[in-house]
Amino acid sequence: MYVDPDVVEFISTNFLPVRAHVREQAEEFKRLGSRFEAQWTPTILLVDPEGTEKHRLEGFLPKEDFLGQLTLGLGHSAFAHGDFAGARRWYDDVLERYPDTEAAPEAQYWTGVSEYKETGDAAALAATARRFTDRYSDTSWAKKSAVWKS
Amino acid sequence: MQQTRELQWEHDFDSTLERARREGRHVLLDFSAAPM
Repeated sequence: MYVDPDVVEFISTNFLPVRAHVREQAEEFKRLGSRFEAQWTPTILLVDPEGTEKHRLEGFLPKEDFLGQLTLGLGHSAFAHGDFAGARRWYDDVLERYPDTEAAPEAQYWTGVSEYKETGDAAALAATARRFTDRYSDTSWAKKSAVWKS
Repeated sequence: MQQTRELQWEHDFDSTLERARREGRHVLLDFSAAPM
């Protein structure tokens, strides 16, 4: 995974990568594993500049799913910091670049929430709910957004 | 010939987080058992 040129480019552009190896850095693995409650490999955490975990991946994923999740995580981090316009950009990236991954319906949900948080216009939520009738209608995110239909 | 670019993994989380704070970047922390 980490030798794929697209993955290397994405991570190098957006992150400072740190590896804690279960055997080669056993003490650091144990210390960080306790701090972040990581019990399994691979566990991959997106940690914001304040040191707070913002997204977690456990287990191996195919390239598109992996990149979709990393992009989704950057959106979640922006959202958590109140940067709703920035969050929407990341979520839109997921929908545009990784539309067939599990990250996509989640991104579709949260881009609607981000728009609402940014504008205060509840129409953004209704539009998101309607969008789920066109795509990702069989996902849990469609169920979660159904309450917004007007 | 095309050169393969590799990720430059850090192994000191605390110092990397300090750098992340300075640069306003995120850290990708990989708990791994992959062959090195």
